[in-house]
Amino acid sequence: MPEMTLIDAIRQGMDEELAHDPNVFIIGEDVGVRGGVFRATMGLFDKYGPQRVMDSPLAEASIIGVGIGAALYGLRPICEIQFADFIHPAFNQIINEAAKMCYRSNGEWSVPMVIRAPYGGGIGGGLYHSQSLEAFFTHTPGLKVVVPSNPRDAIGLLKSAVRDPNPVLFFEPKKGYRLIKGEVPEGEILVPIGKAAVSREGSDVSVFAYGMMHYYTLQAAEKLSGEGIHVEVIDLRTLYPVDRESILASVRKTGKALVVYEDNLTGGYGAEIAAIIADQAFTDLDAPVRRLAGPDVPAVPFSHPMQDWFMLNPEKIATAIRDLVNY
Amino acid sequence: MPTKVIMPQLGESVVEGTVTKWLKNEGESINEFEALLEVNTDKVDTEIPSPAGGIVLKLLVAEGTTVTAGTILAWLGQPGEEIPGGGTEPETHSPAKVPAVTQVKTASPESAASPQSVRDLGFISPVVAKIAHEHNVDLQQVRGTGQGGRITKKDVLAFVEANPTGAAIADIPIWETPADGDLFRPTEMMFKEPTESTATRSAAVTSTPSAAPIVGDQLIPHTTIRRSIAEHMIKSKSISAHVTTVMEVDLSRVAAHRQANKAAFARDGVNLTYTVYFMSAIVSALKAYPQVNSSWSDEGLVLHSAINIGMATSLAEAGLIVPVIKGADGLSLLGLARAVNDLAQRARERKLLPDEVKGGTFTLTNHGTSGSLFATPIINQPQCGILGVGMVQKRAVVINDAIAIRPMVYISLTFDHRILDGASADWFLAKVVDTLQNWAL
Repeated sequence: MPEMTLIDAIRQGMDEELAHDPNVFIIGEDVGVRGGVFRATMGLFDKYGPQRVMDSPLAEASIIGVGIGAALYGLRPICEIQFADFIHPAFNQIINEAAKMCYRSNGEWSVPMVIRAPYGGGIGGGLYHSQSLEAFFTHTPGLKVVVPSNPRDAIGLLKSAVRDPNPVLFFEPKKGYRLIKGEVPEGEILVPIGKAAVSREGSDVSVFAYGMMHYYTLQAAEKLSGEGIHVEVIDLRTLYPVDRESILASVRKTGKALVVYEDNLTGGYGAEIAAIIADQAFTDLDAPVRRLAGPDVPAVPFSHPMQDWFMLNPEKIATAIRDLVNY
Repeated sequence: MPTKVIMPQLGESVVEGTVTKWLKNEGESINEFEALLEVNTDKVDTEIPSPAGGIVLKLLVAEGTTVTAGTILAWLGQPGEEIPGGGTEPETHSPAKVPAVTQVKTASPESAASPQSVRDLGFISPVVAKIAHEHNVDLQQVRGTGQGGRITKKDVLAFVEANPTGAAIADIPIWETPADGDLFRPTEMMFKEPTESTATRSAAVTSTPSAAPIVGDQLIPHTTIRRSIAEHMIKSKSISAHVTTVMEVDLSRVAAHRQANKAAFARDGVNLTYTVYFMSAIVSALKAYPQVNSSWSDEGLVLHSAINIGMATSLAEAGLIVPVIKGADGLSLLGLARAVNDLAQRARERKLLPDEVKGGTFTLTNHGTSGSLFATPIINQPQCGILGVGMVQKRAVVINDAIAIRPMVYISLTFDHRILDGASADWFLAKVVDTLQNWAL
């Protein structure tokens, strides 16, 4: 099995889908000639030509608007938002049009579109290049929200997203683009949307995470195993629709739950996981459901020491797990 | 404004008491600090002074009734004052308003296991409550290892695993269970619906397997003190890691000292017993090894600044009680002897004050008085150790390669292995031995 980085996997996923279905095309800022600012589309312009790997103006609302129109026409667009932080101009298109199209047309029209958006901090990106925005979109029925945490899932989930008849937001942990490496099996991989994965089995506590925080959580769990603490790690993978069964099964086993997310604490996506557990696994709980998240400040700071203060890391996660295990 | 009279907590781990006698009736006037009622607990009998002056508005608890500490016993106030909430029902913190006398008379296996609230279990998480319910676990018996001693899911699961009660017993085929003498019953009575028999049996088994009474057996209801002893012993065994180490002491010098000073002590009205010497030797050893004068806590080892030695005192069939000599390190041999005499005397007369049976930091038990050579005493929680003294016997011992006849005694130290290791416990015990063997004449 070849080992590849997260960004290579995402590129391969798109490559496979471009080859698999002539209706698939990519649109975004600098995705064509330049191959994307993160090199996610490197080589695809040369391979598939300007009709299928298309540079757009610096206008996110139009990227998504074009995507919606093309999808309604029968194509399968992969729209790239260069940084998730820039998605806000397209918010109206995503929420009011893409998410509601199928519902308001009583199922006659659907928007089979993928929106790829690199998210997350810890890369010295400051206010406009570090945000985690999943909570805005997981609040919106009609969208699917997916966050891969490893190369295999990135390929498998991206391909499933392209083939899904609904608009799928595909948030990519950009700090992990070249940091996260993993083996990818040969042959076609399709990871179902809506299924979480137990990425590490344990009996003392369940930790729920996704994307970059999942990568860190695995490191924390590994460190804690040396202390005799057996952490079960659940990679949520799909945030909407969420895999309740896997979440509840794990909590019923361990009796303790920690939800880790990089976004600001209040109103963050992890609150929903905590609420599901409190509601449906109450009698199986042996400790309060805890959240470990970013602080409630308006942005990830640019200053490095302050960025470190904002960001979670394996040590902070290990401390939170240890506290919960000792409860 | 009316004043409440509340059942006080009359000692460490004493959580209930019985109102034995009201000294004032409703409507009678009373002065502050005047005795209002008599209370009996598993450790002491005492009078409770009135918290205020005025008249007795209402007595809420009948004589002979056992209530938990914190229960409102009566209301005091001025004539004509209204009692909050009508005052008809005692605001009891627990439903344990059981008339003591009736309890003894009708004690059945179920009521014998009725709420004896002991330790505060702290927070019980939903899953712990669920598991305890499913497996019929008495959480009082489960040791908590979580934050602040909380019982965790793991604790209760480990307990269930170690004590498979209901299921295991229900599996015994009916022909394997003890017969009850009625051989010729209809088969449908002998072989009930399996679900029913499972249910009834697992309900009957609570925490400890109880022997099925056979015709001719007699059920002697537990006294409060018996029950309290049972609880403390089991609890202690489950809390501490008990290890006992034994040494022997040549009491020649102590015996000589005692012989020489007995008369002088007697003139002061004090009986100079061996116990006094052991007490004194323990004080010296505790001073030399202060970590023995301690209590385990999750946060760390609590070293006690005071040396308060408990003295296990037999009340014959009534059980046993442990009065405490406070500040034993500040007493001379005469002072110690006086304290030992006084506490033992009043313990037997059940005239100890509540404060006199709590606050011990180490305990001495003299089991030799009943002929025992050595024993493995159980620690009096939350202490670190207990020293048992056997019977003093003249024995042949080898001294400088010659055989001599010496008054010998075995002393056994049971210590908490969480706090001490074998070596450190032996240092302490050796110090006791050394003090006694080299007693200054």
